[in-house]
Amino acid sequence: METATRAYPPGEHPDQKPPIGQSGVLYWMHKNLFSSPFNVILTLLTAYFLYLLLPPLFGWLMIDSVFVADSRDHCRELGSGACWGFIGKRLGQFTYGFYPHDERWRVVLCFALFVAACVPILWDGAPNRKKWLYFAAAFPFIAFWLLIGGNGSIAAYGILFALVVVPVVYFSPIDDADGADTGGLTYVLLAVWAFLLIGLQNIFFSTDVDIGIGGLGNVMRTLITLLLIGLTMVPLFHRGMAGKLRRQWATGFFALAALWHFVGGTNFGFSSDHLLTIVDTDQFGGFMLTMVIGVTGIVVSLPLGILLALGRQSDLHIIRWVCTGFIEFIRGVPLIALLFVASTMLNYFLPPGSNFDLLLRVLIMVVLFSAAYLAEVVRGGLQAIPKGQTEAADAMGLRYWQSMRLIVLPQALKISIPGIVNTFIGLFKDTTLVVIIGLLDPLGIGRASLSDTKWQGLSTEVYVFIAIFFFICCFSMSRYSIYLENKLHTGHRED
Amino acid sequence: MNDKTELAAQLAVSDQQMIRIQQMHKWYGQFHVLKDINLTVNAGERIVVCGPSGSGKSTLIRCINRLEEHQKGEIWVDGTELTSDLKQIEQIRREVGMVFQHFNLFPHLTVLENCTLAPIWVRKMPKAEAEQVARKYLERVKIPEQADKYPGQLSGGQQQRVAIARSLCMNPKIMLFDEPTSALDPEMIKEVLDVMVELARDGMTMICVTHEMGFAKTVANRVIFMDEGEIIEQNEPEEFFNNPQSPRTQEFLSQILLH
Repeated sequence: METATRAYPPGEHPDQKPPIGQSGVLYWMHKNLFSSPFNVILTLLTAYFLYLLLPPLFGWLMIDSVFVADSRDHCRELGSGACWGFIGKRLGQFTYGFYPHDERWRVVLCFALFVAACVPILWDGAPNRKKWLYFAAAFPFIAFWLLIGGNGSIAAYGILFALVVVPVVYFSPIDDADGADTGGLTYVLLAVWAFLLIGLQNIFFSTDVDIGIGGLGNVMRTLITLLLIGLTMVPLFHRGMAGKLRRQWATGFFALAALWHFVGGTNFGFSSDHLLTIVDTDQFGGFMLTMVIGVTGIVVSLPLGILLALGRQSDLHIIRWVCTGFIEFIRGVPLIALLFVASTMLNYFLPPGSNFDLLLRVLIMVVLFSAAYLAEVVRGGLQAIPKGQTEAADAMGLRYWQSMRLIVLPQALKISIPGIVNTFIGLFKDTTLVVIIGLLDPLGIGRASLSDTKWQGLSTEVYVFIAIFFFICCFSMSRYSIYLENKLHTGHRED
Repeated sequence: MNDKTELAAQLAVSDQQMIRIQQMHKWYGQFHVLKDINLTVNAGERIVVCGPSGSGKSTLIRCINRLEEHQKGEIWVDGTELTSDLKQIEQIRREVGMVFQHFNLFPHLTVLENCTLAPIWVRKMPKAEAEQVARKYLERVKIPEQADKYPGQLSGGQQQRVAIARSLCMNPKIMLFDEPTSALDPEMIKEVLDVMVELARDGMTMICVTHEMGFAKTVANRVIFMDEGEIIEQNEPEEFFNNPQSPRTQEFLSQILLH
């Protein structure tokens, strides 16, 4: 018997540490860099290659480069590297496009608010997260007002939406838990639709709507607006209201108030004064334009993509056919073609005399395009969820939207994170395509600036600079997605 | 053995009908899965359904909470008829709990959240109360200490007990078990069966698809044998095992009891 050679009797072996030399820097280098002659050669070759590449690159970018200069010739006198002085001179234009100089603070403020709105959304450990989320819900409307200008009625409705409608529909006490059911979704869509109407009326359509209520007088119309807004708030104070009624009430009156505002044309009594000067969207440009298109595209296309993916899986034939047809059509057409359609052909379909903003048209196309891609990514995630999950949800009496929102989508979206972020990154970079239809994104600004006679021949600097901007944005999205995947990992293995 | 068989006899069965299935048929496309099923289950009955694989036993109990749709005949559950009407389906599903072969726990939610989900969203129970109820049932299936873990961190037997607790949190009148121990390692089967015996002792109406003949002998008051979509034979466990009538039942029993 071998038992004599055992160090411990059976069942009494203590836990021991692993042998020395199986960890540490040297061990890692030996294992990964010098494990075989072939690997040694590869390592040395790579090191040589990096030696050839990095020092000159670093020299050009940093050491020999010139950060302050008056012209290209001045640059060349000062150093042999990159001429960042040119970028510095043009930085305002690269950032704001042709946004009026005196109004640029609005863009800066908007960006600061954007960062603040991102915090509670991206980081679930944020202190007072729930309150911040209200702000995040109001942010798009505030941003809209800040960037475009006007009398602030849009921001006012946005705040109303975030502070009343969102909490009533989504965060009200659990006794109306079916709030996130079909009902909740419908009401939010209704509210969003009402918003689009005001937005379109105020900014994008030059056609006037007159249904003959002008005679009511401005004070009267404003009073009616305020009354409707007051009614919107009732569910916040009347706790005894049944859950379903609360939602219908808040969203219904909100939509009515917005609609009344739209047809009645009241702007809280100061209809003609503009608190902020209106800036036409054709003055948008540079990184600001990239952010506007990229962020709007991401924020709007994700929910739309999810709905499309669910629609494509639906048991209802018509919905399935419509969604499938839409997805296949959009995916089969290049984005450039869609943008051309947006810039030229869309006017044929609109009533004569209406002036449909070019940026809005571009936004719609970008959103539809990325939504179609997202739908397919999400569908992949949906298909990976075992059928048992929906069966268990069904067996407990959850409804379709409940089981999607609570059971299927959280899991499907988690699986789809790499694909979703991939699509987002693609969308963000595709925003540069708008230069083709005449919007001045950073590439457009860059190309325009190259024709400056004082600064000729600096295209490398311009494009490297733009590339760095895009790399920072896309790389942070990529890192965030990895962080998210790790955070959502609950250590489960599906068998 | 003797006191075990007595358990089944002690458990009272009321004469109130919980489930009535009449001349029910089901097809998958052209394939006739269930043929002329007639079955009545009274409150407090514990029924074990057995039969060779593919005989339609799972399909039968999945028809009772409309995970599968029947094409002909009637199914009544607790006085409500199962039709395509969504309201009635939801009402029946609230009263009928189901435990699956592969547990089907929600991997992205903790054990406690798994248990409180349906009471909160379907029964509209306040969260604190739902958690209290969930902890009570987790205690009953003997895993209160696992409440804050994720299902993926538990063993198979523990997961299945969570699944039972999750169903019980809805306070159902009927429990359906679809091969609850088939996916478990042998040493974990007992812990799940013990919980089920407890349940039977408390008077739960149960229909259980299983091959655990020991369980059938201990708690069932009726054993149903199915083959090729038909109910071939049903009887009290003792009669069923000692004196099977149909040759197909005899063959089936001889095959599973030999091992």
